[in-house]
Amino acid sequence: MTQYLDFEKQLADLEGKAEELRAMAERDDDVDEQARALDQKAKQRLQTLYKNLTPWQKCQVARHPDRPHCRDYVRDLFTEYTPLAGDRNFADDHAVMGGLARLDGRAVVIIGHEKGNDTKSRLEHNFGMARPEGYRKAIRLMDLADRFGLPVITLIDTPGAYPGKGAEERGQSEAIARSTQRCLRLGVPMVSVIVGEGGSGGAVAFATANRVAMLEHSVYSVISPEGCASILWKDAEKMREAAEALRLTAQDLKRLGVIDRIIAEPVGGAQRDGRAAVAAVGEALTDLLGGFAGMDPAAIRAERRQKFVAMGAKGLAA
Amino acid sequence: MNWISNYVRPKIGSLFNRREVPENLWTKCDECGSMLFHRELAENQNVCTQCGNHMPITPRARFRALFDGGAFTEIPVTAPTPDPLQFRDQKKYPDRLRAAQRETGEKEAMLVVQGEIGRVPVVAAGQDFTFMAGSMGMYVGNAILAAATRAVERRCPLVLFSAAGGARMQEGILSLMQMPRTTVAVEMLKEAGLPYIVILTHPTTGGVTASYAMLGDVHIAEPGALICFAGPRVIEQTIREKLPEGFQRAEYLLDHGMLDRVTDRRHQREELTVILRMLLGLDPAVQADLPPPVLSNAAAVATQPAASAER
Repeated sequence: MTQYLDFEKQLADLEGKAEELRAMAERDDDVDEQARALDQKAKQRLQTLYKNLTPWQKCQVARHPDRPHCRDYVRDLFTEYTPLAGDRNFADDHAVMGGLARLDGRAVVIIGHEKGNDTKSRLEHNFGMARPEGYRKAIRLMDLADRFGLPVITLIDTPGAYPGKGAEERGQSEAIARSTQRCLRLGVPMVSVIVGEGGSGGAVAFATANRVAMLEHSVYSVISPEGCASILWKDAEKMREAAEALRLTAQDLKRLGVIDRIIAEPVGGAQRDGRAAVAAVGEALTDLLGGFAGMDPAAIRAERRQKFVAMGAKGLAA
Repeated sequence: MNWISNYVRPKIGSLFNRREVPENLWTKCDECGSMLFHRELAENQNVCTQCGNHMPITPRARFRALFDGGAFTEIPVTAPTPDPLQFRDQKKYPDRLRAAQRETGEKEAMLVVQGEIGRVPVVAAGQDFTFMAGSMGMYVGNAILAAATRAVERRCPLVLFSAAGGARMQEGILSLMQMPRTTVAVEMLKEAGLPYIVILTHPTTGGVTASYAMLGDVHIAEPGALICFAGPRVIEQTIREKLPEGFQRAEYLLDHGMLDRVTDRRHQREELTVILRMLLGLDPAVQADLPPPVLSNAAAVATQPAASAER
């Protein structure tokens, strides 16, 4: 069963009741009818709920543990995935996965944050929070892509770069800055999809791409709503207001011209139908990469730069 | 030096004379507590003469002490769309901006100028921590792009003084987008083969450190400056342990390989002259030949009206 979010309580009640009814009388037609009616009601409720999610609710959905993660996308969309590890300096960062793979038969370099989905794997992947080694691994993979003319695909899903002692000592800032710089230097097309949380510098270091798409209920922000609330409202509980003010939803970011495309999620969010969400991302990737056929490296680079230089000039009127 | 005699007497004197004497003649060093007379402080570019503590300095004051003859001209920066997100927290963003403009007399958190340092034409950009904590929004991005563009046009180096609490939260995602935007500016300099020197001052944090401040050809920091991505408080909360003394300070970063040098503000002019002349293939400077910078408040008054007159 799905893990319900706090704003899904009514829905949980409806779906729970339907479940109970079915369990009570397995072959009673009358009960079955009632259960179906409840199902119908729940479905409608789900639809309206997800059509009108508030920015804070979107943050909750974006962080939902059942959403497909990087490794689900890699498994379902790519063939011959060959993970490549290490930054050749210090370690292999398990918060970042990446390597060679084929998308529709075409070789690409894939890089993404992996959060893990149970306590053990979450710890192993450090909740998707990369240390400097993660960014340096990504830089190395981008070097490889550039040298052999392979497009770069990144899947973003991170609360942010890891705020740890060792991470700072080993140059978290420098690693992020270099990763952004490496993105800007790529002579191959780069496409990023924010599939969950796009957390601050940790996200932009992998998302300085020719095209950036977002799943419908994912978020992308300079700071978490909780962090923003505790600084500007002096109260972390004001995260709803902060989420509103930050304009971190895919819909607002599209209006601002920061992202290029919104990828529709199945009704009730990617966490309810992972396969459908993964497939939708796959289609978008193929389509977005297709737009760069025949472009030479200098033009690809110039296009990406120009896009970021022009970004934000019009505000919400863009 | 007995500070009381210096401290008390001028105050009493001014009472009796009823002359208009500017207030805040004395500043207390926040490190060692010494009372420093304003003229002495200005001559030392806001560095405590007792303990060497580097106190905040505005880009204008800094540039007067940096450039030959204290002379520089401002480079115009394209004004961004005001309040692009229509951001509301407890205050409206435009109100916060206006308050900062009133307090500082500056347009925004970065000043871009050109002038000569040791007879080397240079473009310089100074981030102003007194203006909304120097935070990086669209204006700062535009300023750095304007600085890089001018440096490429004039074929001269860019010297950038960083100081920021991080990204300007009131510009949300657009402040985050200044990380790639400013990196484009750095790339323009690299491609043109021009030196890009970063001087990291207290504090340089967050997205600023994680973009243009860490991409210099040479990284120089001021003594004691806090330089980090995540601030010490956030780290302490995450790892639940006390951080060692001096963690994330300039000297610590030097030790960990993130900086080339830690240099006293008062020696930066000479150091920049030496480094820039070498990088540009010029002969060593003849010290006697160099016009001195301006280390007093008199010039401060002289250069400011130009900026305020524009508004």
